[in-house]
Amino acid sequence: MPEKKREKDLTIAEKLYIPEIVKGLGLTLKSMFRPKFTMEYPEVKFIPPASYRGRPVLVQEESGTERCVACGLCSRVCPSLAIEVQASETSLEKERYPVKFEINMLRCIFCGFCEEVCPEEAIVMSKDYELVFRDRSEAIYGKDKLMVPIRQVEDRIEFLRNFK
Amino acid sequence: MPKITINGQELEFKAGQTVIEVARQNGISVPHFCWHPALSVSGNCRMCLVEIEKMPKLAIACSTLASDGMVVHVDSEKAVSARNAVMEFLLINHPLDCPVCDQAGECKLQDYAYRYSSGESRFEEEKQHNKKRVELGPFVMFDAERCISCSRCIRFCDEIAGDKELTFTKRGDRVTISTYPGEELDNPYSLNTTDICPVGALTSRDFRFKARVWDMSKTNSICTGCARGCNDEIWVKNNIVLRLTPRFNKEVNSYWMCDEGRLNTFKFINNQRVDGPHIRRNGQIVKTGYDEAVAFTVSQLKAYNPGEIAFLGSAFASCEDNYMLAKLAKGTLHVKNIDFARHLIPGSADGILICDDKAPNSLGAELSGVKPAPEGLNFEGILEGINSGKIKVLYCLEDDIAAMSPEYENTLSKLDFLVVHATNHNATTVLADVIFPAAAFAEKNGTMVNFQGRLQRLKPAVATIDMDRSLEGMEMSRLDKFGTDFDKWAKKNRVDARASWKMLQTVGSLMGLKMKHQISEEVFADMASCIEAFHGLDYDVIGESGIKIKVNNTAKATK
Repeated sequence: MPEKKREKDLTIAEKLYIPEIVKGLGLTLKSMFRPKFTMEYPEVKFIPPASYRGRPVLVQEESGTERCVACGLCSRVCPSLAIEVQASETSLEKERYPVKFEINMLRCIFCGFCEEVCPEEAIVMSKDYELVFRDRSEAIYGKDKLMVPIRQVEDRIEFLRNFK
Repeated sequence: MPKITINGQELEFKAGQTVIEVARQNGISVPHFCWHPALSVSGNCRMCLVEIEKMPKLAIACSTLASDGMVVHVDSEKAVSARNAVMEFLLINHPLDCPVCDQAGECKLQDYAYRYSSGESRFEEEKQHNKKRVELGPFVMFDAERCISCSRCIRFCDEIAGDKELTFTKRGDRVTISTYPGEELDNPYSLNTTDICPVGALTSRDFRFKARVWDMSKTNSICTGCARGCNDEIWVKNNIVLRLTPRFNKEVNSYWMCDEGRLNTFKFINNQRVDGPHIRRNGQIVKTGYDEAVAFTVSQLKAYNPGEIAFLGSAFASCEDNYMLAKLAKGTLHVKNIDFARHLIPGSADGILICDDKAPNSLGAELSGVKPAPEGLNFEGILEGINSGKIKVLYCLEDDIAAMSPEYENTLSKLDFLVVHATNHNATTVLADVIFPAAAFAEKNGTMVNFQGRLQRLKPAVATIDMDRSLEGMEMSRLDKFGTDFDKWAKKNRVDARASWKMLQTVGSLMGLKMKHQISEEVFADMASCIEAFHGLDYDVIGESGIKIKVNNTAKATK
């Protein structure tokens, strides 16, 4: 029976392994003198670029009110049924506002559809990726946790205007 | 028969029909805003422009009479471009309010903008601005910017409600609707204008911003506000009824329903419900279990002679409930004193929809067997009997007798034992010794008979604690369908209540009633076999729009 030809037969040097180990160690040694990409989280925080999709937040205007008009489109488009909105009437020009706005962060999949569908640029994906809860009810974020001053999300809104 | 050709289809029609009517009855859609099948032709929206051969210009399908040999093209190039132009004109001053507009999702302008408009606006100037929140009447909110001046609301008030309240004012792009000086849009049918408004110009103040239409489920049912039994749709979100809207039924209510029925017949379902059975213990009404409440009731009923017991059915309960009550009273306990309270307000009928009889099922209660047996006492007789001490026990189905007059309240307080099936805590339940929680009309299957002798279906739109929306075949909203059982909206807002016939059957089964029905359809099949008026009927035959039954002379209808 003829000897079966492998896809690649190892050379003697390879069979010895030692040159390969030396090669690997050389790569490690080289990397030690290259610039570092890791950071010492949580002491050092990673600040993502504007294109990053962190937890969705509601934009709070300078006046302190939310931009949201409670149209419910984010709730409609949400593929994981994470968003619940209840509208109510306000005397402001926008006529309606969300009296209740809840996102179940256990359900949220950070797809960004809510932000994409929003006609008012009222819900945007923030840079916040640190989501910690000790029980499930804590994971339901109400307006108190969702509202973020517009200053903090300006670069995301800018990003959306350019690329949405 | 004369023939017309629309979109290449040769169609027969009756003389006097317009092109849009012929098209519609043959399933060809001609887009329209101002035309409404129940209103006069106005012809001002220009949306239904169609091309008719041998006519020099496009013609509007709503006011052009069909004639023999006419050849109509709804979707020809000329017609389509004319429609695009009309849409562009209408959208010039229409604000982009869809996110904040209650009509979104059921808006003709929105639908047609997707279907027929070119999708782009060439209008670069400032839109005409107008008043946004005008309270035209107690129930109707008007947004002048959204109005496309179709005049449907004006024609509705003039022709259907018979109360001229609305008119156009100003001209050109400033045209708007307004009430006449000193008038309000307050006719008893004013909310129908919000249904027929093709855009969000007229919206309901009661329903304002409560929910988006795509988040609700809608269930075909009937209104229980009076003996008319207008066909309606029950809109539910998170197991809460949010609004009722009329459903077309040529024989009963056409396209309309009254404001009273629309606003005031469902709110009791959401508030102050009797949640679980209650019994009186040491003078206090306390919540208890079904078994204990039933056992207590049975022991008390057994302790009295049939002559000392009276049963009251209800014109608010379904035929099935009344039938089971009659079976329990007459068939099992041999009680002859059985009747129900009438809720007539003579002179309140208006010749449009509203009836004198304020209860939805007076005729059905009587047909189901709730009437005094020979030598039995009728309603007045029962109350007199209680006053004189002859009647000591009263079994009362879903009716607030004590609230009818202080005199009745006083009478009921003299009873030894009062059992009440009730949906809500009310004046009668305060006096009761046992309260069974009753499923409301929107929580059960059932039938009712309106004043015309038309048997119509009730369907569950709201789930009680023991119901499963998909297993019961109930209508489901998006959230109901795609959510899970442990979502917070899945099991919230549910009441522990049962259809009265089920409770009555349980009570009766301990006293010799031989019935083991599982669903209300079986109860109805039972009724159909032994009540002449229901002979040969079942839920499928009744269908969505009800069926006229033969009512003999003893059961007299009161409009």
